[in-house]
Amino acid sequence: MKITTTVNGEQRDSEVEPRLLLVHYLRDVLGLTGTNVGCDTSSCGACTVLLDGESVKSCTVLAAQADGSSITTIEGLAGPDRMHPVQEAFQEHHGLQCGYCTPGMVMAAVSLIEEVPDLDEAKVREGLEGNLCRCTGYHNIVKAVLAAAKTPARSAS
Amino acid sequence: MSILGNRVQRREDPKFLTTGGVYGDDLKIEGALWATFVRSTMAHARLTSLDVTEARNRPGVVAIYTGEDVDLPPVPAGLPGVPDVMARPVLAKGVVRFVGEAVAVVLTEERYQGEDAAESVFVDYEPLPAVVDPVSALTGDVLLFPEHGSNVAVPMNEPQAEDFFDGCEVVVRHRLINQRVAPCPLEVRSGAAMWEGDRVIQYASNQAPHGAKAAIAGLYGLEADRVRVIAPDVGGGFGAKIGLYVEDLILPWLAKAAGRPVHWTETRSESMLALGHGRAQVQDVAIGGSRDGKVEAYRLEVVQDAGAYPSLGSFLPALTRLMTSGTYDIPKVEFSAASMVTNTTPTVAYRGAGRPEATAAIERAMDLFAAEIGMDPAEVRKRNVVANDKFPFTTPTGTVYDIGDYGGAIDLALQASDYQALRAEQATRRSSGDTTQIGIGVSSYVEITNGAGPPGEYAKVEILPGGKARVYTGTSPHGQGHETAWTMLASEQLGIPMEDIEFVANDTDLVPEGGGTMGSRSLQSGGLAVHEASIALVDKAAKLAAELLEANADDVVLDKVGGRFHVAGTPAVGRSWAELAEAAGDDGDALVVAHSSSPAGPTFPFGAHVAVVEVDTDTGRVKLTRLVAVDDAGTIVNPLLAEGQRHGGLAQGAAQALMEEVRYDDDGNPVTSNLADYAMISATELPSFELVAMATPTPINALGAKGIGESGTIGSTPAVQSAVVDALAHLGVRHIDMPATPERVWRAVAAAQSTAAE
Ligand code: FES
Ligand code: FES
Repeated sequence: MKITTTVNGEQRDSEVEPRLLLVHYLRDVLGLTGTNVGCDTSSCGACTVLLDGESVKSCTVLAAQADGSSITTIEGLAGPDRMHPVQEAFQEHHGLQCGYCTPGMVMAAVSLIEEVPDLDEAKVREGLEGNLCRCTGYHNIVKAVLAAAKTPARSAS
Repeated sequence: MSILGNRVQRREDPKFLTTGGVYGDDLKIEGALWATFVRSTMAHARLTSLDVTEARNRPGVVAIYTGEDVDLPPVPAGLPGVPDVMARPVLAKGVVRFVGEAVAVVLTEERYQGEDAAESVFVDYEPLPAVVDPVSALTGDVLLFPEHGSNVAVPMNEPQAEDFFDGCEVVVRHRLINQRVAPCPLEVRSGAAMWEGDRVIQYASNQAPHGAKAAIAGLYGLEADRVRVIAPDVGGGFGAKIGLYVEDLILPWLAKAAGRPVHWTETRSESMLALGHGRAQVQDVAIGGSRDGKVEAYRLEVVQDAGAYPSLGSFLPALTRLMTSGTYDIPKVEFSAASMVTNTTPTVAYRGAGRPEATAAIERAMDLFAAEIGMDPAEVRKRNVVANDKFPFTTPTGTVYDIGDYGGAIDLALQASDYQALRAEQATRRSSGDTTQIGIGVSSYVEITNGAGPPGEYAKVEILPGGKARVYTGTSPHGQGHETAWTMLASEQLGIPMEDIEFVANDTDLVPEGGGTMGSRSLQSGGLAVHEASIALVDKAAKLAAELLEANADDVVLDKVGGRFHVAGTPAVGRSWAELAEAAGDDGDALVVAHSSSPAGPTFPFGAHVAVVEVDTDTGRVKLTRLVAVDDAGTIVNPLLAEGQRHGGLAQGAAQALMEEVRYDDDGNPVTSNLADYAMISATELPSFELVAMATPTPINALGAKGIGESGTIGSTPAVQSAVVDALAHLGVRHIDMPATPERVWRAVAAAQSTAAE
């Protein structure tokens, strides 16, 4: 079937199998391999992207369901001359090690910061429950998200 | 000013944060077929038939191979003492021995087609009785390898002295279960193989590419130079990716058979069955001593579950043995072990590999002993730790600890956690009968790092035209930040800014030899090699500069601020690295040093942790509220990275204590075979950690550095477990096996209450 999406600001027209998962559409059809797959039970959040501005696990959505939607992946998050504040905070606070959870974690954090105005540690931990990381023990991820939440919003486009 | 010791941000990060890394599954391999494995659904069975007719006709199927088709020899454990008959066939032949064992492989044009086709392969099994736990395996009622006559993969017996506990006023015995856990790197295994003429190029999600190269060359009977292994970005390993697995090893065969490259990525559900598991020890501890708190004798007997085919897991007791007596000066220590095969996933190394098991055993034993004599567990530990003036200290099992201040670490942890106040708070809750009780767990640990295999590591440092530098290393970073740390080490000696130093690793064609990254070895072996090679390179360059300056080499010094050599006292006339590179011209050797480090031996990081939990005595729910960690890894090159290692380790330790367990039913069917069923720890279940710095440099290497990758796990597991038990100690609870799930805790409370009521 034919679908049209806007991915990282660019319109994409594709022919896809109806059963194709959004994450495989992004990775295998569009070649955007920044978004990762960490499980097959919607448990890990490595595949998190923004779908019409809201974070979703892209392994739980069919590409067909994203028809007509706009999608932001990790590749589309940074601004023209610098990284997004969440990306910067992850580097500054060493919120990543192997980097595998990172794209999903960053996208989940971007949306969490947008949705919850008064984030504190407990809310960040609650909000990131669906994003697993095996390397960092979450300590520095939580720190990075709280730091980014304090950074004045800056257009990422 | 030195760059070492500073919180330098990782130069690896921008890539991972903007485009993501390039992991195995991300590789774009022209013309590649996808490999999908068909896996056994039975724990133990005879394979009576494999029907691939329907599968062959599915769309996109190029070929299907079974164990009968593949003419590769079985893969031996490669460990001393493991019987040859226990070698693992690349694809099962005749018998399957665990759920998840590969029985056939399908090659398709596309990924989804492989899953469809694999589902259409029909396998007939004739079930055999299964043996699932290693203690039952000892009876030999069910044999995995009848030719061998027993299920023992590796025996390790030491004489048991009959009068061992004579003279002890108190002797406490207990069986402890150090449960099987899943390493769960967030990236599952992935790889690819292709032939270029008579050379095989293999990509593998792996921690030790040179070891992988040797394994492929060995299995295929190839000269080493006909194999190239590349580890692309690797999404975590934790020990489970040290070795190659049969799924990796068959890829070159498939690529040859199909005449095309072959690409493979497992699913998480496959990974939970086929990536090795960790821990899996049954431990009988017996500890004896005097009522005033002096431990006089300690015995540890281990039954290790090796899984269906012995791999690194069968070797874990050897590491456990090294650390049997922990931080304590115990006059008499005995250790014995047996590694058993069972109808389960093979076990491998997992963060700590044998040492967390040793620490868990001795630390639980200390607590049981403390409870028996009615003494504070921190106090009992302090009375028994090795005194500071006894280093280097040789333990009764023959391990030589380099240096330590074990009592100092305990004091620091007690202070930082405000231990006395915690005990006071606990007393208040106990007397008020609050249903939320608090528990405090204390652990004292020492572990061995860089302790397996040759202690040295390869490095090469070279100056590039223009005066930049390039560092090559035989370590294989996959999250540890070696690119940042190694370029810091080189920059420190060369006086060349980090951003002008390139970094090369993880490719056996670019780096001629290497040991890889495991066992917390990298900094003290590979970092040390970079450090030493850089110093040697400066010496070499000084000689060249001396020639150009017509001076005596001994008089030439490097001004590290500007990266310029000059005669001491006359800084105005000198030569920069760029000028030296130009002068060296075509002499390729002039400004290159290749060097293998040879540290004097392993090192022994130590520390102490205090965990605080809240336990709901009505529901059994446990909340970890604090984790205070003193971890002494000697000199720290980059605290940001070292802290990150500690955090990750702490979380994995707490995870084992509270949540994670790979479970099988009695027939060997896994019941935790995906991330929905396996309770991998998330941010919600953890607090932020309280890290306390302590640094006792080791005399073993020139950096003074010890390993830091596994300390967090080793110290935190028993601290958290003990905290749960401690919360219920006033009810008479002495021990709860890991993981301390709400159900287990609730049962322990109920059992204690019914005993009290009797
Ligand atoms: S891959 Fe989507 S949640 Fe794990
Ligand atoms: S950084 Fe490795 S999984 Fe999060």
